[in-house]
Amino acid sequence: MSTAIEHAPATPARGYFRNPWRKPRILQGVTIGYLLWSLLPVVIAVIFSFNGGRSRISWQGFSLRWWTQDPTDSLLRDEAMRSAMAQTYKLAIITVLVAVPLGTLFAIGIDRWHGRPARSANFTMLLSFVVPEIILGVSLYILFTNLLQGLVPLGTPAQAIGLISFQLSYPVIIVRARLLSIGPEYEEAAMDLGATPSQAIRRILLPLIAPAILASVALVFADVVDDFVTVAALSAEASSETLAQKIYSASRASPTPEVNAAATMMLITTLLVVAGGLLFYRRFSRGQSDIATTDFMQL
Amino acid sequence: MPEIETSATHDERPRRRLWRRRASVDEPGGASGAWYPRWYWPSFVAPGSLWLALLFLLPFYVVFSVAFGTVDFENFGAPVPYYAPWWWSFDTFNETLSKFYEGTAIYRPPLFRTFAYVFSATVICLVVGYTVAYFAARSATKYKGLILILLISPLWISYLMRIYAWQGLLDTDGPINLLLRPLGFGETNWLEGMHVTVILGLVYGYIPFMILPIYASLDRIQESLLEAGRDLGASGRQTFWRVTLPLSRPAILAGIVIVTLPMFGDYYTNDLLGSTKTSMFGNLISTQREQQGGSTRMASLVLILAVIVLVPMLYYLRETKRAAEQA
Repeated sequence: MSTAIEHAPATPARGYFRNPWRKPRILQGVTIGYLLWSLLPVVIAVIFSFNGGRSRISWQGFSLRWWTQDPTDSLLRDEAMRSAMAQTYKLAIITVLVAVPLGTLFAIGIDRWHGRPARSANFTMLLSFVVPEIILGVSLYILFTNLLQGLVPLGTPAQAIGLISFQLSYPVIIVRARLLSIGPEYEEAAMDLGATPSQAIRRILLPLIAPAILASVALVFADVVDDFVTVAALSAEASSETLAQKIYSASRASPTPEVNAAATMMLITTLLVVAGGLLFYRRFSRGQSDIATTDFMQL
Repeated sequence: MPEIETSATHDERPRRRLWRRRASVDEPGGASGAWYPRWYWPSFVAPGSLWLALLFLLPFYVVFSVAFGTVDFENFGAPVPYYAPWWWSFDTFNETLSKFYEGTAIYRPPLFRTFAYVFSATVICLVVGYTVAYFAARSATKYKGLILILLISPLWISYLMRIYAWQGLLDTDGPINLLLRPLGFGETNWLEGMHVTVILGLVYGYIPFMILPIYASLDRIQESLLEAGRDLGASGRQTFWRVTLPLSRPAILAGIVIVTLPMFGDYYTNDLLGSTKTSMFGNLISTQREQQGGSTRMASLVLILAVIVLVPMLYYLRETKRAAEQA
């Protein structure tokens, strides 16, 4: 314990000073209110995906109608919904498979390579991180419909490219934060013991940054499943619609609890991937669990 | 312990560099051991850089070419991009720009609305976000972990799903009106182009990005600093204003930038919760996609938006650079 109390000046104690660590009722109230406000709508949407009727406002009894039972409008049997789901997860997997390796390599390289070209590469990466999504999405749309017309068709290829460009900076930032906290010592020790640079990277560095890589996988996957702007800007016809686009169009046309079911489905997969990523992260970085949360929170 | 003793590294560094230099003299080939060939690290950066150059920088160039090109009127107003800058003309760009100030100035209201919405939403985000972050970082005790998870969780839930949920809640005969009716609010059509609804939607969507950086910075302030402030006779309030707040200032600015940048480009919040009466700058862009000659106007509008967000973007880049240098 500190000695703060002993050295406190002898002013009359009152209000805050009497008990600086007293319960902050107002702060607590605002926080609880905020948390309710932020999560209650989601909870209600999830509950109403099990509603027996067509309404998403009044409860008409529990049923799996919108999940499996309705012959045309349930998640399981609605052809359009199924193709949207497939498209969403396809894009997420492609993006993770390309963006995470590219980003990881970039992060390792940029951490060790200094000089003017490295700085401008880093600047471009950061720029792609902060630029509003609509700017990137529309720019790519214009690129693909003009200069690269016919080369990259709108739809899955264009969407995947757009998502990778937008997500590339996430693994870079997460992995780099991890690299900064590791330092070059381990690798150099390995090389002092006779490892070649590539051996040092494969056998020393890669296991050390594995948690950060997993965190990026979870984050990129979750982000892509959630993405709307890029995907919508670069989509072609109905065949390349994702779940997010489905929610968007349904909410403007005919809102049914089926959309709630689709959204809940997205929520579940995202949470599973994120929880998996976090779990692995914790396992790999045992004893440094606080780093896990801060890394996750940077984004 | 896998913990790294950072303090030791500073002492070690000069010695190692000496050793390395010697090693490089001893083994001029440098194929094995501690010496990397010159191309080694750049080859790691190359693929990602190439991708960004081709699919992030090149698109911007094409946007310029389309915005400053011309329009093929016989071909349904399709853009005729000029890829060489010396052919660029400002005619088509000017035509878009003139819609902000000439005649009925149909683009002006959305622009002003965007500024007003972003400003109000950011202020609300800051006030509520700071309070919540402060509580989570300073006062939450037993439940700190839980609160943290709940604070992060909105980020893992689809934004559209959350806005869609609000759409149901705010329906004319939805639960919100049901709650408000006894209070004498009557029937409010929340979803028919009300400014309040759109602003609340924006706050709802982006406030986690405000809370998290502020939380991270408040969490890093050492309690001994606050105790020192109090030892020197400051009241709780004074400690907050003169110690806590200045220390969290960089995080506040970062939060503001992170929140405002995407808000300027947002259009789906308004599409789901508002109407044309509340359309924003992003709506101007998004509605062009299906229209005749839309590409040229889209390109011009994207450039204008880029200029609008340039200042916060550069500020953010400068701050990250500074943070990286300090690390």
